[in-house]
Amino acid sequence: MTPAVLELQRRLGAVEPAARAALVDTFLARREVPVVEGRHVTFLWRGEADDVALVHWIYGLEQSRPFRRLPDTDLWFHALDLPEHARMEYKIAVTRSGRTDWQHDAFNPRLARDPFGANSVVHGPAYREPAWARPDADARRGQLRTIELQSTAFGDVRRVDLYLPARYRRTRRHPLLIVHDGPDYVRYAALTTILDNLIERGELPPLVVALTASPDRLVEYAADPRHAGFLCDDLLPALHRQLSLVDSPSARGLLGASFGAVAALSTAWRRPGVFGHLILQSGSFAFTDIGRHERGPIWDPVVDFVNAFRRAPGRIAEQVFVTCGTFESLVYYNRSLIPLLQTAADEVRYEEAQDGHNWENWRDRLRTALSWTFPGPLWFVYE
Amino acid sequence: MTASSVVLLGPQGTVPRVRDALRDLGVREPVAIVTAGWEERERELLPFMKHVELPVRNLDVFRRAEVVYGRDPDLHAAMRKRHDRVRAQQRLYRARLAHALDAARESLARSDAPPGLLAADRRDAIDAIRRLDAFHLARVDEIELEFELGVRPAERPAVALHRARIRERLAGCRALCIAGGHVGILVNRMRLLGVLDAHLSLPGDRPIVAWSAGAMALASRVVLFHDHPPQGAGNAEVFRAGLGIAPGIVPLPHADRRLALADRARVALFAARFAPDACVVLNAGARLDLRAGDWHATPDTLRLAPDGSLGPVQEVA
Repeated sequence: MTPAVLELQRRLGAVEPAARAALVDTFLARREVPVVEGRHVTFLWRGEADDVALVHWIYGLEQSRPFRRLPDTDLWFHALDLPEHARMEYKIAVTRSGRTDWQHDAFNPRLARDPFGANSVVHGPAYREPAWARPDADARRGQLRTIELQSTAFGDVRRVDLYLPARYRRTRRHPLLIVHDGPDYVRYAALTTILDNLIERGELPPLVVALTASPDRLVEYAADPRHAGFLCDDLLPALHRQLSLVDSPSARGLLGASFGAVAALSTAWRRPGVFGHLILQSGSFAFTDIGRHERGPIWDPVVDFVNAFRRAPGRIAEQVFVTCGTFESLVYYNRSLIPLLQTAADEVRYEEAQDGHNWENWRDRLRTALSWTFPGPLWFVYE
Repeated sequence: MTASSVVLLGPQGTVPRVRDALRDLGVREPVAIVTAGWEERERELLPFMKHVELPVRNLDVFRRAEVVYGRDPDLHAAMRKRHDRVRAQQRLYRARLAHALDAARESLARSDAPPGLLAADRRDAIDAIRRLDAFHLARVDEIELEFELGVRPAERPAVALHRARIRERLAGCRALCIAGGHVGILVNRMRLLGVLDAHLSLPGDRPIVAWSAGAMALASRVVLFHDHPPQGAGNAEVFRAGLGIAPGIVPLPHADRRLALADRARVALFAARFAPDACVVLNAGARLDLRAGDWHATPDTLRLAPDGSLGPVQEVA
């Protein structure tokens, strides 16, 4: 429990029961909740319930952690130690009459959104949301447009959003980044804002970005060989026909998170020499040394691919940037792959953060990852 | 080379001051502009033309250089070879510079020796950086000289043609403006096409107004800087000699965004390293005038002081 909540508990014990609700009201009106004091975080929930619990996704901690009720009040609390730079997403599970409802923290306005909805967010005192991920009025905005192309690999028509930097010119050739789950990167990880800002500052060159999506990502991104065919035989030629791009692996990259990172790595492995740069975020790189995995059947092709990659990594790219959160179960797999990736690429960088398997973790790593793989003219440009 | 009047300004994006500068200089006639630092956006001049409210003649320096390279492949190949050699030299310099700067920072942070010994140690650590900067600059000058003597760019027909056209265009203008952008491209292409020589050889008082990278290009040496880049240590480095008509200063455009100005140790080392030149903070709104050999700055135009603070330019100019 944080010192502030301990003090509240002491004061509650010193007043008559009838005065306790007002004391809690005053405490909540004056405090940001969750209460963060140094490494100590206290989560609060107020109301009548049979049980209240903190739900989080920190690997290694039990996923549901019970709140306790302050005596003779309707205020519930749960205390946790959080590392200084950590960022954590959570919900509060409230059980009444046998029914459990997962809620946002009503006292905490900070929410992180993802395709499944939103989670409440708390962070340690040293964590800062990056300024470069917020809109900058001085940064010229790139344009988004959508193309449709017939995919031979999948036998259907695919839509791809394209980000063209404000400095896109037909007279100039631009590097290309292909992003898996691209619309989600835009929606939940501020990708286009980040591109606008970093290109404006010269930290990135004027980069063309293809924002791809899959109608069935758990199949197509799970090392499906058709996906490599789609990117290399359908999408790349179409982009080169329509846009002014540098025709070199050194000016091409793939970005993906989770299963998207598997899709990126498997594409680079199946088609060596096409993409010079990989950014792999929280890759779902499950593998087995002995026996079978226990993650469910959708992981079967992933595990088969990663096992095959581990047996024969080949040469996959010039540069590979790997990121993973230390609160993820996948951190073990990602760390384990680094020595192998170092044999399969000229340069490998690995960055961990005290965060989970979520979009804001992936957002927070983008500046370092993108500016390393596609360095801009920062040192030379003074507008 | 000297120019009778030179005005250096900070970035023009949010606080444009070029019109004021031209009016103060009594310029009422057409002005020429170099926007080669904008590269492929060189001709996107409408906002500038609206701002200055004067006829503007673009010297098309970026485009002309592209045309020259297309017509003279041997020159282009020689330029690329020179570029590769400069980059190789820059890598060598950068590796040694990191150690020299670390040593100086360690010396400046120490307090475990008698003051007299520490002072001597710090002086020598800073001198080591200055010697390295000077060595690098000399090596790049040699590479430039080899290129000039080997290729003789000014005598090549494609170059001579565009030099002549630039001179003609300049002759009809009362002042020369030099915009920011990519400082390497700006210096290289202005030098190739002899823009400054042509301007300074014309009769009468023809002022120069330059901002951001344009200001950096006019100094004696071009210093690249960024204290918190996304990659690397953020060690300021000498790039090459500048065009040399703004002596005695190191212009630092966007210093508020690019330098840790509150870090007194870092500011003090920067100032000491480039002394006696004054490291001038050219933020938006800043202005520095060179008249009859003396610099005159607006009160809000500051320089990095040896004690790590920001002080008025006049004190060191």
